[in-house]
Amino acid sequence: MDATAEQKYNLDVVRWFAVMAVVYLVVGASVGVYIASELAWPVLNFDSPYLSFGRLRPVHTNAVIFAFGGCTLMATAFYSVQRTCGVRLWSNKMAWFTFWGWNLVIVLAVITLPLGLTQSKEYAELEWPIDILIAVVWVSYMFNFVMTIANRKSSHIYVSNWFFLSMMIMITYLHVVNSLAIPVSLFKSYSIFAGVQDAMIQWWWGHNAVGFYLTAGFLGIMYYFLPKQANRPVYSYRLSVIHFWALSFGYVWLGAHHLQYTALPDWTGSLGAAISLAMIIPSWGGALNGMMTLSGAWDKLRTDYVLRFMIMSLAFYAMSTFEGPVMSIKTVNALSHYTDWTVGHVHSGALGWVAMIGIGALYHLITRCFHTEMYSVKLINLHFWAATIGTVIYVVSMWVSGIMQGLMWRAYDDYGTLAYTFAESVEAMHPYYAMRAVGGAIFLFGTVVMLYNIIMTVRQSMAEGRVEQARTASLATA
Amino acid sequence: MSTKTESKGLQKWAETNIWALVLMTAIVVSIGGIVEIVPLFYMKNTFEHNKYPEIVWDGIGKRPLSEWKPGDGIRPNRPLEVAGRDVYIREGCYLCHSQMIRPFRDEKERYGHYSLASESMFDHPFQWGSKRTGPDLARVGGKYSDMWHRKHMRAPRSVVPESVMPNYPWLDENMVDPEEIEANMRGLAMVGVPYVEADFAAALEETKGKTEMDAIVAYLQVLGTMVKLDDRKAYRE
Repeated sequence: MDATAEQKYNLDVVRWFAVMAVVYLVVGASVGVYIASELAWPVLNFDSPYLSFGRLRPVHTNAVIFAFGGCTLMATAFYSVQRTCGVRLWSNKMAWFTFWGWNLVIVLAVITLPLGLTQSKEYAELEWPIDILIAVVWVSYMFNFVMTIANRKSSHIYVSNWFFLSMMIMITYLHVVNSLAIPVSLFKSYSIFAGVQDAMIQWWWGHNAVGFYLTAGFLGIMYYFLPKQANRPVYSYRLSVIHFWALSFGYVWLGAHHLQYTALPDWTGSLGAAISLAMIIPSWGGALNGMMTLSGAWDKLRTDYVLRFMIMSLAFYAMSTFEGPVMSIKTVNALSHYTDWTVGHVHSGALGWVAMIGIGALYHLITRCFHTEMYSVKLINLHFWAATIGTVIYVVSMWVSGIMQGLMWRAYDDYGTLAYTFAESVEAMHPYYAMRAVGGAIFLFGTVVMLYNIIMTVRQSMAEGRVEQARTASLATA
Repeated sequence: MSTKTESKGLQKWAETNIWALVLMTAIVVSIGGIVEIVPLFYMKNTFEHNKYPEIVWDGIGKRPLSEWKPGDGIRPNRPLEVAGRDVYIREGCYLCHSQMIRPFRDEKERYGHYSLASESMFDHPFQWGSKRTGPDLARVGGKYSDMWHRKHMRAPRSVVPESVMPNYPWLDENMVDPEEIEANMRGLAMVGVPYVEADFAAALEETKGKTEMDAIVAYLQVLGTMVKLDDRKAYRE
């Protein structure tokens, strides 16, 4: 029991964000498995507008990115900024505003997206009133974070906070610019940008939602929670400085690689691809920095399942930050673009890296914030294997289907005519779409195990009055 | 935690002063976007019609869209097409269908001439898409009959057995609201689509009594048909 932390910091809002993150992970993964199944068995669309793939897909992406990802980032940033700065949150009230505001955004998303209210920009579908709410809540999150750092007791700002901050600033830019639109009614608006410029702005947003929200932010998590869990200092301070500035500067350029060979001028796509290749260096530097933090303590992996999640996430991080630049090379992109390979790449990052580092941090944080051990360590291990096996099945099936699609579309027969109709390529995907749904379901099973484990842990903590004891314990004896 | 090396200079400033860190980060993360996005708004070669003006209809912003004839060139969408495009957006069609043909031999044979930037210059927001679970639609207009499209939208597998597209039976039941389309066109005009006053009046006329099915078919049938591109011209370098 850490009574000092309980009395010194605001942990209530962190606890709520952490538990909601786990709930949203289950919700987001469930919708994901459902829409994956729709692609394998279209009868599941049930002739209902509210269940059709086109309307549910944004529910899935918004639920995993903004609901799970957002709550995870808010829980971990609010927790680690207090611990690394040695002070409580600048404003507890504002933190609660962030919590309720963000959850309101999520509820509104779940209602409006199945109704077909959308701006049709991927990962930025929500209509303008919700966009305004997002901006206000996001700025409250950033402001509270920055002011907490301004109040800090330590002389230096710890590296995890640099990454969180970089994410907060960039997401503010991206969200505001990409969402600029003229409303025509309460729930309909048109982007002020059109065609090629809109495409570039959308993918500047799209790739940096990945690059900052899902990478820089989760690297912030990695830089705080991995050393804490391993009880070792970060391997190299110098490497983290390089990692931070190179990533912050470089990631911004990558969006253009989503638009190679399109009507976007060639210079823009090529520039995006060139910087994408260079990004292998800082990305691998960061992955190395995380993994080497374990040097001399590798044996902990045998017993510490939370640490396993973190190290596995870094392996996926290293793999997808290699795969991404390869896919941005023009000749590879010509094959991979528009295919399931992209979907596979995204999920090796999202399931393998983002979810696993987030899950590891949440297990760590929940035991610390509820002042108890996890209800079942065995279930963490079960979750680890379900997450790993599920992710691998998902990614491999999408690799195969993606490359097969790309090859079938461009195949010629002996007479110099196209060898396959488009419909034949769709038919050939069926086994892989079914396999993907199975992989997703295994991953989903793991998240349900986690939710059960977390609920039992929280109940155990509440039954024993752990938080209350920590709150009232006299610090001299704690 | 680990401070094996003492920071110096700017790095030390950033690490010990939160406002310095905010400022430096805010600058560093803005550069890439500015370099890649801003030139697209003023470089002439971004749009092909700056070199080949004949691909755009010469009546734009001057004459009502009802005077446009097939092949006259790129123009804004007509009212029923606007309604169809709104349905296209609402149903998330762009998640499985691209509208951006790349300059490859196989794509030319399968879909037609590669897409030009000028062709989507009135598309707020753009509908290029990022995934082809279904085929590209940039030039689908005129390839199938209206009847085929209606059957296909109601029950895709009745015409393409391998399809995994959802059925859209509700499009036959939902009526287009002419006043809503007029308001939407005025909104599009505010973001820069060059409609003339007569086009708004036409919105009330042309969408009256139409279903969403009529609208989506009208939209699909115009895709890629506004301009006849010349294979001998290099529109893009």
